[in-house]
Amino acid sequence: MSFLDISHLEKSFGANRVVKDFSLAVEKGEFISLLGPSGCGKTTVLRMVAGFEEPSSGAITIGGSNVVGKRPNQRNIGMVFQAYALFPNLTVAGNVGFGLKIKGTPKAEIDRRVAEMLALIGLPDKGNFYPFQLSGGQQQRVALARALAPKPQVLLLDEPLSALDAKVRVSLRNEIRAIQRELGITTIFVTHDQEEALSISDRIVVMNGGIADQVGTPFEIYNRPTTRFVANFVGQLNVFRADDAGRIGGVAVGNGDFAARPEALSLGRAPGDDIVLPATVAEVHFLGSVIRVTADVAGTKVALDTFNRPDTPPPAVGQAVEVSLAAHDLIRLGA
Amino acid sequence: MSIWARIAGWAALIFGLLYFFIPLAGLTEFSLKARRGVYSFDAYAKVIGDPEFQATFTYSIMMALVTIVVGVLIVVPTAFWVRLKMPWARPYVEFITLLPLVIPAIVIVFGYIRLYNTSSWLPLTGTLFGTNLLLAMGYTVLALPYMYRAVDTGLRTIDVGTLTEAAQSLGAGWATILGRVILPNVVPAVLSGAFLTFAIVIGEFTLAALLDRPAFGPYLQRIGANKPYEPFALSVIAFGITWACMGLIQLVTRFSKHTKAAR
Repeated sequence: MSFLDISHLEKSFGANRVVKDFSLAVEKGEFISLLGPSGCGKTTVLRMVAGFEEPSSGAITIGGSNVVGKRPNQRNIGMVFQAYALFPNLTVAGNVGFGLKIKGTPKAEIDRRVAEMLALIGLPDKGNFYPFQLSGGQQQRVALARALAPKPQVLLLDEPLSALDAKVRVSLRNEIRAIQRELGITTIFVTHDQEEALSISDRIVVMNGGIADQVGTPFEIYNRPTTRFVANFVGQLNVFRADDAGRIGGVAVGNGDFAARPEALSLGRAPGDDIVLPATVAEVHFLGSVIRVTADVAGTKVALDTFNRPDTPPPAVGQAVEVSLAAHDLIRLGA
Repeated sequence: MSIWARIAGWAALIFGLLYFFIPLAGLTEFSLKARRGVYSFDAYAKVIGDPEFQATFTYSIMMALVTIVVGVLIVVPTAFWVRLKMPWARPYVEFITLLPLVIPAIVIVFGYIRLYNTSSWLPLTGTLFGTNLLLAMGYTVLALPYMYRAVDTGLRTIDVGTLTEAAQSLGAGWATILGRVILPNVVPAVLSGAFLTFAIVIGEFTLAALLDRPAFGPYLQRIGANKPYEPFALSVIAFGITWACMGLIQLVTRFSKHTKAAR
């Protein structure tokens, strides 16, 4: 049995079923992301693990014991919220030590643990500050330290980076991952940002309409999406439809719709590519190290990425080109 | 803004200030005329030196403190729970808390006397403690609209739901959440309600007079009916107490350390 086991979880609000037969097994020390658009049920799953929502049916076991029916304060779970949720009346040290105080930990032990946590999040000298004296990123780090201080069994992160600006978001997500690895704490991270999920997770659960559409490593989710939704939601996608004979660019691939990531397509005939399609350059976006070209292939717009090379200028808009790709890079789109 | 609009604005402000301060100035001036031909604090000295003043004022202060404690114990958990778990009930609760503004105090006190008289099933008026308790409950009801609104406004400034969940995830139970998380963060609001309650209780007449308790309000009325200068001195003192309460509300709100960021 896994450390955190969610099986056949259901949740309805009135007639609205927001989580449908959701199952997930999380190993100890694993970092799992629940990824999906707004309203897909990812936060509801997290809130059921935390105990803030009662499942309509199903079981949640942590370390072998069923926690369904237990109150949130009996579950030994740490949670970080999108809105920080630091207690405004307490200092940083007061916030970090709050959970330990509730547990009745001796003061000396609380002081030691608070100092340890503040050092871990890189704010060793901010103990006497109030939350309003800190930046958003610092407040969220304090919220993380507060959640970790009582040594919870599971750490739940509910879109903790959403309220931060882009630069802080990237650095903080790396910090969160580093701290999680250092402590080896089992973590569930809820996000709607695919880049965040892809960059820090051991595994990703892509959710859609209350169900887990696909569970896999970031590599699997990105390169081998099993549903059309996952393929569309994670990363950018070019869709090709095979002709009646099941061919694309004269190469037999089978019937149905296929997709290819922008980086799988090349301008011109790349070695190893067996599908070659005539196209016209529609747009060129210079992004620094990468140039994103949008080409018109028989009326369909496809995006492809090429590395910037100082000796090769990007193609001009309207220029006739060839777009090539390897048939084995095509992703067959399911339902 | 045109010059005429500005002049009209200033004129309205000056008129308002004069309308408010001239009677007050007249009142204060008259209260200082107890000694013939010169201004003096004789009336104030006589009032403050009156043992009945001290007794009734102390009684009313004690009643105000009891009312504040009872009000906080009733209103804070109620407002918290309504905001957290029963937002649909907010309009009903607000309506109920507004009732004391439309139901006269005399109706309330006659209701109390009828319900809790010595021949009733709960004869609270039969003992001094029971009558004092009844008076404190009556004051709590009268102060309810102010206390509830003050606390509810305070709760609106914090994210009650998330703070509660954060505390729960750290192992806190309901009592801890209320006592250590919610209440400390609405202290300025609770104090606003407390000072308003204090001002109401200090000057309240109807409940205290009809329950026959030695409160400051009935004393004020008695002195007013029988003495020339002392009632005016008492009125100035009563004004001073109310204004001091208002000043304290401002002071507490301004110097509340952890709410600085919100401004």
